[in-house]
Amino acid sequence: MMPFWPEYAFMIVGMGIVTYLPRWLPLILLSRRQLPEWLVDWLDFIPVAILSALLAPLLLTSGPVPHLDIGRAELFAALPTFGVAFLTRSLGGTVLAGMLAFWLIQGYWPG
Amino acid sequence: MRQTQFASTWRGGLIAAWPICLGYLPIGMALGVLGQKAGLHPLAIGFMSLIVFAGSSQFIAVSMISSGMPALTIVLTTLVVNLRHLLMSSALAIPFRGRSRRLLTLFAYGVTDESFAVNYPRLLDGNWQIEHALVVNHAANLTWIISTIIGGYGGQYIPEGAFGIDYALIAMFICLLIFQLRGRVYLFTALIAGVLAVGLSLVLPGNWHIIAGSMMAATIGTIIKRRHTRSAT
Repeated sequence: MMPFWPEYAFMIVGMGIVTYLPRWLPLILLSRRQLPEWLVDWLDFIPVAILSALLAPLLLTSGPVPHLDIGRAELFAALPTFGVAFLTRSLGGTVLAGMLAFWLIQGYWPG
Repeated sequence: MRQTQFASTWRGGLIAAWPICLGYLPIGMALGVLGQKAGLHPLAIGFMSLIVFAGSSQFIAVSMISSGMPALTIVLTTLVVNLRHLLMSSALAIPFRGRSRRLLTLFAYGVTDESFAVNYPRLLDGNWQIEHALVVNHAANLTWIISTIIGGYGGQYIPEGAFGIDYALIAMFICLLIFQLRGRVYLFTALIAGVLAVGLSLVLPGNWHIIAGSMMAATIGTIIKRRHTRSAT
């Protein structure tokens, strides 16, 4: 689709609002209040849980109606990518290594 | 005296922001290229980076635009994916207790996985003020906007699917996930979240598996951690 400018601008502003509110509300509401300890613990686990929940279906499922698929190039390229991330702890380096691994693997992928 | 403090705030913030900016360069350019392939003008991509400033959801939005999804679906998906910032901002609210609303409102704009990873541990250490964190956020934001625009202009010279650019988002998630694995209970939580999200994605419509799977996994991680600390003391 070639986005029609006003519609695109409205969509971006909508995306901006739903992105800004979750960033802003807790800072304003919670900065003058103490959170219970269990909630602090729970919040501490949310980033790791969300990232894994975003990532795993991208590696392990395929199709418009998702089904389990453990033979994807995405999954195989993830192995060296995890390795580089673990060893270098560099976001840019990991992204470049992952793109390279996927590019090479995809070039030789059957089907 | 004030002058030197001002300079050292900038210096400290920029030194801490440097690795983020270096990382944003290839990721932002990859996003710009994909945006160009989806039919967006480079400045339209830059506009998105300015208003939204959330890498993961921008990648998802660009792929939804190229498959012709309606704007409302894209906005709702953005909301779900960015709910995780709710939790980062809640964590940041603790060291920022008592700071002015004006500064917090400005700061909120730049809460990302990357700036959180840089700012949060430093804030807990105590030698980091909201001013340092603001320098980090805005340096990262400026780099992000510029690199997505560069990618948008460069995209026309890069063929479809070249250089594994479609993999940039996955590689970014992998690295951010590694950053978060700060112990065995985090690894276990990540595994649970992955299994739940995959299982739920097969049965739930849309992107609900992401929020449902991660909330359940975080709850399980919390229960394990609290049991463990109780039995250890």
